[in-house]
This record gives sequence, structure tokens and C-alpha cells, in this order.
Amino acid sequence: MKGGFRICPTTALRVHRQADGLIKANAVAATVLLLVGGITGLLVLLTRWQAVHLLDAVMFYRVLTIHGMSMLIFFIIFFEMAILYFAGPVLLNSRVPAPKLGWSMFWLMVLGAVMVEWTMWTGRADVLFTSYVPLKAHPLFYLGVILFAVGTLITVAVFFGSLVVAKREKTYEGSVPLVTYGAITAAIIAVITLVHGAAIYIPTFLWSIGIGNVDPQVYRMVWWGLGHSSQQINVAAMVAVWYLLGALTVGSVVINEKISRTAFVLYILFISMASAHHLLVDPGMGPTWKVVNTSYFMYMAVLASMIHGFTVPAGIEVGQRVRGLTKGMFEWLRRAPWGDPGFSALVFSVIIFGFVGGITGVTFGTEQINIIAHNTLRIPGHFHATVVAGTALAFMGVTYYVIPLIFRKKVAFWPLAKIQPYLFAFGMLIFSVAMTFAGTFGIPRRHWDMTFSDALFDVQFSPAVNLVVTVMALGGLIAALGGAIYILVTVWSVFLGQPMEGDATYVDARSS
Amino acid sequence: MHTGVESPRGVWWKPAHKAEKVWVVLAFAWCMVLFAMMPLWHWKGGQNPSGIRARVEPEAFRVRTDEFIATYKVGEEDNGIPIVEPPPGSDIYLLGQMWLWTPSLRLQKDAEYTLHLSSADVNHGFSLYPLNINFQVVPGYDYGLRVTPTEAGDFRIVCNEFCGVGHHVMVGRIEVIDSAAAATDEAAEELVLSAPEGDEGGDR
Repeated sequence: MKGGFRICPTTALRVHRQADGLIKANAVAATVLLLVGGITGLLVLLTRWQAVHLLDAVMFYRVLTIHGMSMLIFFIIFFEMAILYFAGPVLLNSRVPAPKLGWSMFWLMVLGAVMVEWTMWTGRADVLFTSYVPLKAHPLFYLGVILFAVGTLITVAVFFGSLVVAKREKTYEGSVPLVTYGAITAAIIAVITLVHGAAIYIPTFLWSIGIGNVDPQVYRMVWWGLGHSSQQINVAAMVAVWYLLGALTVGSVVINEKISRTAFVLYILFISMASAHHLLVDPGMGPTWKVVNTSYFMYMAVLASMIHGFTVPAGIEVGQRVRGLTKGMFEWLRRAPWGDPGFSALVFSVIIFGFVGGITGVTFGTEQINIIAHNTLRIPGHFHATVVAGTALAFMGVTYYVIPLIFRKKVAFWPLAKIQPYLFAFGMLIFSVAMTFAGTFGIPRRHWDMTFSDALFDVQFSPAVNLVVTVMALGGLIAALGGAIYILVTVWSVFLGQPMEGDATYVDARSS
Repeated sequence: MHTGVESPRGVWWKPAHKAEKVWVVLAFAWCMVLFAMMPLWHWKGGQNPSGIRARVEPEAFRVRTDEFIATYKVGEEDNGIPIVEPPPGSDIYLLGQMWLWTPSLRLQKDAEYTLHLSSADVNHGFSLYPLNINFQVVPGYDYGLRVTPTEAGDFRIVCNEFCGVGHHVMVGRIEVIDSAAAATDEAAEELVLSAPEGDEGGDR
């Protein structure tokens, strides 16, 4: 495989040819799956909006399954693999240690994703994202997930390898940068997550071809070790991207390495127990197990997010003040680059993740509140604020830097790109808050018909529900517009955009 | 001063700034408050699942539910679902299956029961409407809940866990009667049920 490095004219980092290629490939795959997840998300929205009620029941549950898998597993993990290739080899000026392995794992992940998408689109896996046993999907559904997970796991190993290579070849001095440290956190959590995934999907795959049995409660417990922990990969990767965007947009400062890094360690230690909060109203576990896992252990992970929620904005302020914006209390904020989509995405991601996603999430992790929230619309209301307005928005923000720095293309439709984070954040905020309110009326999530027109007994929700659901739908449509602009801008820039000026030829490492 | 993309040189294990220390202490203290609240409320609040749990074969639970129905049924039916009126203090059984809750329960206000939930096939969700109280119903597990209805009325059990393509039609019924004023209550209920509002959503 061809090697060699180019010197990035903007950051002066040495970028390995294979790092460039692998970042591009993973980012493109992520965007394709974001498009699939986005279209299906829109269809879900237009069906749950009772005034439109677009799809029939069979298609609704099918499309909901596709939306969940494409977004929560495929889009976000492909993007995170791109982040790992950036935070490892690029930030450490190093090479990709095993590029052939990296490429074959990328194609293995693509194969796994295609298998899962095929089973879902052809109606062989109408089991929703969680695929709770004994609902049964086609064996290739489970096998596809397993292949995708194996590809991810080995890509994570290549990332760890790049750390070893960079250290041995002395491509950086001192400790790894904080962003790389955050990415290492995400990678370690990914390993924990994928081990859970193997522990549950392999027996389930065997069960689907007629070998052995899987207990439904054990499935729920181990599956959430994958299902929720994978959201913790997102959290760690998102916080790393917060520090990255802070550095790229306003040169924000790391106030104290000790505090920020300790907070990352708290994620590793405590966050996988937090997945126990999915089982708070389950029959299989006792109160002690529930209280210990969700209360004590989860709050230590919450502490970590509280710390980052302070240090990221504080780092921005100090960085701005160092650059001379020292007048009064808020000149640093007032004169921040609000027209830079990377910066506005960062700000909205921090605020919505913390104040909407974080607070709802922590309260739902309480046994008593969980009883009134479990499986109602409050739950997707919460996680659209964390994963979508938090993680996905941060990833969108960093894309506006990946396009010029890695793809070496100018960002097309710049005026549209500037307003994109505003539209997406505003829409998603309305959407999640309205969805959460709708859930307080007891409206179930994952439900085709909240008028219960074909049910044995009538269920009459308060008329206020129609208003709340309409607000939710409008918020969702605004967010969908923001998402569509993102895809237009990225696809156009990458494939039809103007190349950046400056030298970008790769030079062999030894001659440089 | 350096950014998050630069390697910190030398020893970076340095004392935190005062503002940062204050924040960490405040956040930690708040986490401890949350931590204390959950077990405290578990003992003091009386709002928790009572934690009576057992493994049960789905077929055995179905047999138990059938016996329960045979013993306490009142002879009427609710859209084809038998109505059961168990005496106060008894164990009551509610079986979830694609896409029905059986039986329909008629309970007395202020009487204590032990409600047993389980499933004959896949996961279901027990969501009591309009109170919005939710429990997961898992096949192979008998979930025992001590319940005391505190208000009379006509309640619904909405399934809120995806259980296949008929999931959205899975609704059951619990009726709570105030035996002191049973006669007037039932008359009022007839009025509610005969109101034509239920047909409005018929055009999906």
C-alpha cells in the first residue's frame, strides 16, 4: 500500500496517506447511512404525526427498525472510526500501522451493514432496533451485526496500534493531546461494548438457526450492555470532538489536564453500569441490584459529564481572552465566531446535550421516575437530545473542518452551511422537548396508532396531545431540513467541490 | 497554555484553579444528593415495584391464569374477554399475549391485591392509562406487584413494548369499583362508554 505524508498547510500536522484515505472512506459510509437513517426518520415522523399518518403499520415498524439501526449503530460508528483515524495517526503525526487490515475491516463493516440493511428492507427483520428475544429476525440480521462488530473491534485495535507506533517512533513529545485521550476513552468503551455485543448476538444468531436458547431477560440485560454502552462511545467521542472543535474554532485552552482526563477515566469506570437503568421496571432484577447500578455507579459517570460541561465552555472563554477579547464579562462570547458552523454546532451541542438530554436522562435513571417514563415518548425525547442534538450535531460541526483539512475541498454553499447548525439545533430542541412532554401523557413510544382506532377498548388521550404532537412534528421537519442541508453541503463539497489551494503531495517518510 | 490538539509537555498533573475546584465539589455534592434520594425514596416513598419475582414457564402461567379466570369470572364478557372479579386480598393474574390482555379485571377500591404479570410469547409492556404507570412484561418471569386501587374508574392497559405487527391494538381493561357506591358508579360508567367520541379516530 502506498504510504507517505503530506504537511497540512493549516495545522502543520503530518498526515499519512492511509489516514486520509481511511478517514474519507469511513466518513462517506457514515454520510450514506445518515441519509438512509434520515429518510426513514422522516417517514417515522410523518406517520406518528397523526394528522398525516403516512405509512401502514407493517411499513411503520419496518422503517422504525431501519431508522434505529442505521443511525444508532451504522452512521455513528462509521463516523467514530473516522474520528479514531484522525485522533490517532493524524494528531500524533504518525502513520497508520496496518493499513491493509484497516481497509479490510472497513469493507467487513460495510458488508455487515449491507446484510443488516437487506434483511430489514426486505421485511426479514421487523424486530426494531432492540430485537428483543423471542422476536426473531432472519439469521443474516444477527450475522451482519456480528460482522460489523468484528470490523469495528479490529479497527479499534488498529487505533491502539497507531498509539504504540507513534510512541515508539517518537512522532510526538510529552503526553498524547487531550482530544486523543478522549478518543482512547471512546475506544476502550467500544471494546467493552463490543464484548457485550458478541456475548449476546452470537447466542442469538445460533438460536435463530435453531441451536440453543436465549432467555428473554438475560437478553435484555446483556443487550443493553451493548445498546446503552454504545451511546457511551458516542458521549466520549462527542466530548473529544467538543475539545477538538474548541481548539479549531477559537483556539480554546485546556484549563487543567488533570481534571479533564480524570473525568474521561470516570466514563470508563462507571458508564457501562448505567445501562442497568433500562431494566428498572423489569421483573428479573431485585431492587438492590437496580439501586446500586443505576444510582451509585451512574452518578459517577454523570459527574464526568458535569465536569466537561464546565471545562469546555471555560476553555473557550480563556482561549478567547488570551486572544485579546477581554472587555467586560461577555466580549469573549459576543465576539465569538457565530458564523462558523463548527463553533455554533459546538455551542448548541453542549447546551442541548447537557440541559435537555442530560437532565432528562439522569431523572429517568431513578427507579420511581422510570415507572412513569418507561417506554413512553419521554424516552426517545431524551435520546434525540443526547445522540442527535448532542453527538450528531457535534459530528456535523467537525465535518466543516474535515472537508477542507482531510478532503482538501472548499465547503460548498457556505451561506447554507452557516445556518445549518442553527436550523438543526433549533428543530431538534423543539422536537425533543415536545416529544418528552407528549410522553408525560403516557403516549407509548414505538406505536403506530395513538388513536387506538382498531383496539378492543378505546383509549382517549387528552386533546392537548394533538397540539404537542404537532409541535413535535414541526420541530422534526425543521431538523430534517437542517439534516438535508448538511448532506447536500457535504456531498456536493466532497464530490463536486473546488479543491483547496496549497501543496498536498505525499512525500515518503524517509526522504522528508 | 495549550489546546486540546497539542501534546502537553512535562508534568501536567497540576492543582486545579479555584473555580474548577468549586464546580467539581458542587457537582459531586449534587451527585451524592441524587444518590441518597433513590434508596431513601425506595424505603420512604412507597412508589416502587414490590419485587416479588419468580421464574415461570409461559405455559404454566397460562394454566394459572385460566384457573384464576374459571374461579372468579362473573359470567359477562368484555368484547370477548372474560371479566373477572377477584375477592380483596387475592392473587390476580394478567396474561399478555399477541395482542390481548386477559382477563378484564374488576377490582374494589381500597382493597389490596397481588397482581401477577407475565407473557405467553414475547416481551410486552404494561402501561396503566390514564395513570401512566409502566412495567416490563417478560416471558418466563412472573412479576408480582402489590397494588391497592385508590380511585374508582375505568382504566386501560396499553401495551407499550413492541410485540409484532398488531402491537398497537393491544389494549386491556381494569375497572375499579367503589363497592359503597357501586350502583351509581356503574350507571355513570354506562354514560361514559356510550359517548360516541371513540369513533372519531376511525379513519386513521
